[in-house]
Amino acid sequence: MFYRENGQFKTSYQADQQIFPITQDRWAILAIIAFAAIGVPLLVDEYFYRAILIPFLILSLAALGVNILVGYCGQISLGSGAFMAVGAYMAYNTYVRVDGMPLIVALLAGGFFATLVGLVFGIPSLRVKGLYLAVATLAAQFFCDWAFLRIGWFTNNNASGSVSVSNLNVLGWTIDTPLEKYLFCLGFLVVFGLLAKNLVRSAIGREWMAIRDMDVAAAVIGIRPMYAKLSAFAVSSFIVGVAGALWGFVHLGSWEPAAFSIDRSFQLLFMVIIGGMGSIMGSFFGAAFIVVLPIFLNQVLPALGTLVGVDISTATVSHTEYMIFGALIVWFLIVEPHGLAKLWSIGKQKLRLWPFPH
Amino acid sequence: MSKVIGDVILDVQNISLRFGGVKALTDISFNVKEHEIRSIIGPNGAGKSSMLNCINGVYTPSEGSITFRGQTFDHMNSRQVAEMGIARTFQNLALFKGMSVIDNIMSGRNLKIKSNLLLQALRWGPAEREEIAHREKVEHIIDFLEIQAFRKTPVGQLPYGLQKRVDLGRALAMEPKVLLLDEPMAGMNLEEKQDMCRFILDVNDEFGTTIVLIEHDMGVVMDISDRVVVLDYGKKIGDGAPDEVRNNEDVIRAYLGTSH
Amino acid sequence: MAFFLETLFGGLMAGMLYSLVALGFVLIFKASGVFNFAQGAMVLVAALSMARFSEWLPLWLGFESKVLANVLGFAASVVFMFLLAWLVERLVLRHLVNQEGVTLLMATLGITYFIDGFGQTLFGSDIYKIDVGMPKDPVFILDGVFEGGVLVNQEDVVAALIAAVLVAALSLFFQKTSTGRALRAVADDHQAAQSIGIPLNRIWVIVWCVAGITALVAGIIWGSKLGVQFSLTTVALRALPVIILGGLTSVPGAIIGGLIIGVGEKLSEVYIGPLVGGGIEIWFAYMLALVFLLFRPQGLFGEKIIDRV
Repeated sequence: MFYRENGQFKTSYQADQQIFPITQDRWAILAIIAFAAIGVPLLVDEYFYRAILIPFLILSLAALGVNILVGYCGQISLGSGAFMAVGAYMAYNTYVRVDGMPLIVALLAGGFFATLVGLVFGIPSLRVKGLYLAVATLAAQFFCDWAFLRIGWFTNNNASGSVSVSNLNVLGWTIDTPLEKYLFCLGFLVVFGLLAKNLVRSAIGREWMAIRDMDVAAAVIGIRPMYAKLSAFAVSSFIVGVAGALWGFVHLGSWEPAAFSIDRSFQLLFMVIIGGMGSIMGSFFGAAFIVVLPIFLNQVLPALGTLVGVDISTATVSHTEYMIFGALIVWFLIVEPHGLAKLWSIGKQKLRLWPFPH
Repeated sequence: MSKVIGDVILDVQNISLRFGGVKALTDISFNVKEHEIRSIIGPNGAGKSSMLNCINGVYTPSEGSITFRGQTFDHMNSRQVAEMGIARTFQNLALFKGMSVIDNIMSGRNLKIKSNLLLQALRWGPAEREEIAHREKVEHIIDFLEIQAFRKTPVGQLPYGLQKRVDLGRALAMEPKVLLLDEPMAGMNLEEKQDMCRFILDVNDEFGTTIVLIEHDMGVVMDISDRVVVLDYGKKIGDGAPDEVRNNEDVIRAYLGTSH
Repeated sequence: MAFFLETLFGGLMAGMLYSLVALGFVLIFKASGVFNFAQGAMVLVAALSMARFSEWLPLWLGFESKVLANVLGFAASVVFMFLLAWLVERLVLRHLVNQEGVTLLMATLGITYFIDGFGQTLFGSDIYKIDVGMPKDPVFILDGVFEGGVLVNQEDVVAALIAAVLVAALSLFFQKTSTGRALRAVADDHQAAQSIGIPLNRIWVIVWCVAGITALVAGIIWGSKLGVQFSLTTVALRALPVIILGGLTSVPGAIIGGLIIGVGEKLSEVYIGPLVGGGIEIWFAYMLALVFLLFRPQGLFGEKIIDRV
């Protein structure tokens, strides 16, 4: 009875169409952002930032990008790792080769180049879908794996094959403590989250969803499948590219192509499936889940093991991780294809009645 | 109320359609005049939906041409046809099941939306104003079809009769000159049929939209049509006013079979 | 010239291995319309089970004979694969019957990860050997034509023969037996097959069992040649371009596609590789598949993909 829309009458279409039409939602989101920006820094330690929060923020951003392509537009992509790699390496090259390049511009440049690559490898989507499209995106993944390993220009002809960045700063504000890195990433996530939410609820979002649900009928209404699919690839790759640049610059500091391998692509896809396809919130849920689970297992399993007298090695933990991921993917696809986000919205529905039973 | 029927707006000339060895349509010719209600009838498998698919650009005819608003085409391009003003509903309801009623009908407005991606992402100024303007139009259609209570419901959750109305709404959102309706009353009970009839007549009356209608219910066809085309086994066997067609021997034979 | 022939043969043999894995994909797709991403994982878990069972059984049952160990190990592995097939059908496929292709694809992706973790938990994650008595020494053929002869691996030739026998057996199975006919009916139209009384669930278990056996044979051959280790990228993903080239629904396509990819990879690595820094093998197959996807998605022998409104 507290979470209800009673009395909240909208008197204009604009009011009805805003991002968070329910007043309680609006307050909740503001509270969450305030907590994230101010409350969290007061509560957590360095390890938490490095191991959980910063990866969570950046991977949420990447999952957001993947969700737009896979969840909203229905185009399967197994090559997101490659787009992250393009973002990271091109941001690196822009940053290092151009004197005095501002950090944010370099990061966005990485996204821009990722968009170009995304458009190229998105062209097959105009011809094929499903498994066939998955193979095309895998081609992107493997080609980029090779390119960043073998073509010296990308790594600034670095002998070791890996690249690194340091001395990040924005308009004089240096970003080197975990707190500062956290706030930097949080800023990106909030801005991109807002832009993405706007896109999916406007005309282009409807076009994407139309293509996903029934692309032959979409053409008949006057939706251009080519524009819709390529724009989905473009927007998605841009976001994923920026996330990749952030991952390299802020989280890793120095990296090699293996950081963006096919395992990363699968990881992002799993985040989207578990979190909820076609849901902005879902990307966050999925990222949180996938970031936290390995850490959770790493702490809990050995403890459980000693309880029953069995020695559980790290290899076993990683195998268990795989098994749980696999089982969860299957479970979600069977039981709740719309993932955690759907469970969340079901929870909200129940919340409307609380504390009344019906 | 009397209505004025205009000149020929859609002219189908010698259309043939082949799928491998199967001839779906053979040498079909007929025309549709502006503001009229033209029905296409015929037994199952006669090729009626295929005919609509040709007009719509979903199928490419093997022979023949179609003239629409003065321009002649061998092959209609779906998007171009939509832009020129032909909209349609589908026999099997090609609705976007995951979206709400409003979003489904809004998707019909996509042709008219001008603002680009960046503006939409920022949801600023012109993009916002455009979205509101289109929302108004869509709300008119929702009022017209009397589905206000369901506007936020995901379409997949609605009963069949209401889904058909949403299908019609989406087509109407395109503000078409010609509306192709593929069995809009299939699977409906008497009340629902009456409602749908009323909507179709209102659309024809108030907006002057030309209607091309495939329908099996003879009562409806004879009642509301201005002219009727009859197909059987992909060939045209009758063309004219409802009464003429009703008394045409070939048509009677097609429906009832020959007596031996 | 001799070197070219050697590379060619090497490529053909490598291609044969890809074809064996691809066969499993094609079988399942032909019979159920499900694209089983997990086929690669199945090959590896089958190889693992063979390696370990042939190692453990002598210890458990107390005998020495290598041949007996292999035979029993094979039998145990067959049972294991059947069990796996039955579980997959029961727990996963049955519930996803009416979903679209993408959902099924992602479900098999999940199954892949699960089998990956499960197999290694069960059998261990070191590198294991399989020794079924394949001849390991290379021979030199065409001594008279080319000086020194052309190097050919006996093991590869035997592998090719086994693959050929397998394909022949499968073809006979599909064409001549009633179960094979039922499988083809199911692949064509699930509902029609059901309506004439074909038990869908049982058919799918059979299909996955057959695919499992194919996986076992492929796994033994791979494992015998390269040692058994878990590396998803190597096996499963290498087979995908093969299917695109050959056509998802064609058994001969899987064979020919595999050979083309195998030869193409080797030749491109040797002749083009040095020009661009090497290591092309990773993406050659995929780029070739990409070209096909753009111009002939159904592959060389597949059926045309039709979209209906």
